[in-house]
Amino acid sequence: MASVPVTKSSTAYRRRRPDWLTDVLDWIMHPVELIFVPIQRRFGTQKMAWFFVLPNLIIFAIFIMLPMLLNFYYAFTGSTNFFPQDRPFVGTSNFTTLLTCENFLQPVTCEQDIFWRAVWNTGVYVFFEVGGIVVISLITAVALNQRIKARGFFRSIFFYPVLLSPVVVALIWKWILQRDGVLNAIIVALGGERVPFLLNSEWARIWVIVVSIWAQMGFYTLILLAGLQAIPPEYYEAAQIDGASHRNTFRYITLPLLMPTMLVVLVLSLIRAVQVFDQSFALTGGGPGTATTYIVQYIYNTGFTSSSRQAGLAAAASVILAAVLMILTLTQLRLGRRTEENS
Amino acid sequence: MRKFAILLTLALMLLGAAAVSGQDAVELRITWYNDGTEGDALRAALDQFEAANPGITVVIDDIGYADPNVYHSTIQAQVESGSPPDLARVNDGFRFAGNYLDLTPLVADALYWTENFSDDVLNSLRVDANDTGIYGFPLGFTITAPFVNRTLFEQAGIEVPSDTKEDVTWEEWAEVSKQVADATGTPFAIAYEPRGHRFWGFAISEGGEWFNADGYFTADSEGFRTAAQAIIDWNQNGLSDPSIWANLPDGPRLAREQFINGQVVFLYSGSFAVGGLASSIADTFDWSAVPNPSGPGGSTGSPGGSLLVGFAGTQHPEEVAKLMDFLTQEDVLGEFSVKSSFLPGHLGLAAAGLEYADNAEILNQLSLEIPKIDEQAYKLQYSKYAFTYNRPIDNRLAQVIAGEITLDDAIAAIQKDVDDAIAATEAS
Repeated sequence: MASVPVTKSSTAYRRRRPDWLTDVLDWIMHPVELIFVPIQRRFGTQKMAWFFVLPNLIIFAIFIMLPMLLNFYYAFTGSTNFFPQDRPFVGTSNFTTLLTCENFLQPVTCEQDIFWRAVWNTGVYVFFEVGGIVVISLITAVALNQRIKARGFFRSIFFYPVLLSPVVVALIWKWILQRDGVLNAIIVALGGERVPFLLNSEWARIWVIVVSIWAQMGFYTLILLAGLQAIPPEYYEAAQIDGASHRNTFRYITLPLLMPTMLVVLVLSLIRAVQVFDQSFALTGGGPGTATTYIVQYIYNTGFTSSSRQAGLAAAASVILAAVLMILTLTQLRLGRRTEENS
Repeated sequence: MRKFAILLTLALMLLGAAAVSGQDAVELRITWYNDGTEGDALRAALDQFEAANPGITVVIDDIGYADPNVYHSTIQAQVESGSPPDLARVNDGFRFAGNYLDLTPLVADALYWTENFSDDVLNSLRVDANDTGIYGFPLGFTITAPFVNRTLFEQAGIEVPSDTKEDVTWEEWAEVSKQVADATGTPFAIAYEPRGHRFWGFAISEGGEWFNADGYFTADSEGFRTAAQAIIDWNQNGLSDPSIWANLPDGPRLAREQFINGQVVFLYSGSFAVGGLASSIADTFDWSAVPNPSGPGGSTGSPGGSLLVGFAGTQHPEEVAKLMDFLTQEDVLGEFSVKSSFLPGHLGLAAAGLEYADNAEILNQLSLEIPKIDEQAYKLQYSKYAFTYNRPIDNRLAQVIAGEITLDDAIAAIQKDVDDAIAATEAS
């Protein structure tokens, strides 16, 4: 077969590697071929994918699956010893301890009152934080999808907090919110009185949510922005021709077509919100009292920092947390599938 | 060929020498944390030891002390996995009882140890009453006590009460500290470190009883309530900064930082903080330790102090014992105590007194507090469950200060927390 002439404008010319590089790559790949060619001959091309994901699967099994299974085992054991073989089996007593309450709405009546305070705190946090993130990210994404000046700059600026470590975010906001912080300095300069932002339970809860939304909304804004840009412009053109208002356009075109993306945002933000710990711990230490103590901090304290070091109780709490997360995620995915089918 | 043979022989000899010297060299590792400057003092002592023992090097692994249980859990993981450090600085001695290296047959003179270190301290490392082993020694003896900013008192024109009066109550200290704060525009009057260990002495001074007739821990006593209510009132009336008790993990650091920055008149901390406070305050203002406030139960602080222990799983028991013998010599331990601004845990040194180059007046004042320590305070500190008694107190009092629960609820919760923790420990 006659070869295609390679001219300076052709793709083949632009992709042509220098000969020395080709030789080096061949040299590197030769031992790899010695291993994989016989395997491919034995198992076939289709099954080769499993060999390539095998290292990742092994790492996943050792560092994710095995600790999960061990944690599940720990939830049914007692004592303060670390190693599984040194821990006696106690059945479901850890779960019974956690779930025993005279009145679930009054944590002080519960066997593990701090656990139930953490549960209620987490519930409130998740509701407002996830709701806030979805709404604020959506509004921001819609705004950034418009042809505004310095659009690129604004898209970047909203994403910058996502790049920061949660502890750094917490420390920055601590400096702003503490008694002698920036915010109180501004308030005092304007003639007001200092506000106990991190010392009052209600204020502390609000600010943990605000800081979390500030730190994370950029990430979800980006996801929603991608979803908005995937909506075919023809729909908007057709709506414009038909004389639809902005509100109706948003309600009947944008929202329905953006729903799958919003579901992704909802699920991701929900999973992350339930696991809140590092940021809140650095910002408030779980205080004042237990006002900003959430489930993961309860697990950490129970298993590691409390004098009783009850790893079994902590493991049981984490199993309950995982079960709740799984139920929530499956429910939302099911709802999402139903929405897609209906639309 | 001949040249090659000679070179090969030389090379083999050098390799052999390296192997032999590698076998002789021993490295000991100490798991450590610092409150102040004691790490530098230890390093100086270790340098002397290494100079006198060329085959032994000692490495200090400073892993920090963000939380006592996290610190000890790190060591516990090493111990249970069979790879303990050679030595470690510990506060919770009972936690690793049964895993320590018995130094009795290894040290030069076991009698020296029993004569110069208190039974309470040596017993805190033993499994039970039948265990007579020697497992470590106290790096120092600590006592909780107040510190005052004398410069603020001078600026306010108010006398420090303990200068003219032997017994000063907590109410009097609170009142005079508030007067000084108001007169000088200092934000807060009192900073109380939010730890159960600091609270024990206060409650005892107010007549508190920590053990019932059966010798079991009890949280409910008049002294406890009086002391707890005082701390709650200070936080709610503006005498103390609520942020100290609002962020418990950071509380002691915040309290000391406020004192260092001249934002509080009166700090309740302990002798363990002297080195760190002194190096931070330097000549900024004049400060001193004052006697523990008095009450119907007397005037007492809480004793304490960390210990240096060896672990049975060490590969070098003789070298560990050699190092322990060296560090427990009076001159070495004395120098360590002086450089660290520690009160000595060595009974002979404590009786003779130390000449501190730095912070002498403060440390001598704190030494005077030691004979006043109440028996209950010793019983709390050197109990198998010392750490168990500690944490629930600050957790629950923080909840009361935040308005989540009442003091009655807190006392009931503390009792339950301690009961549960003791039951969990007994079941292990």
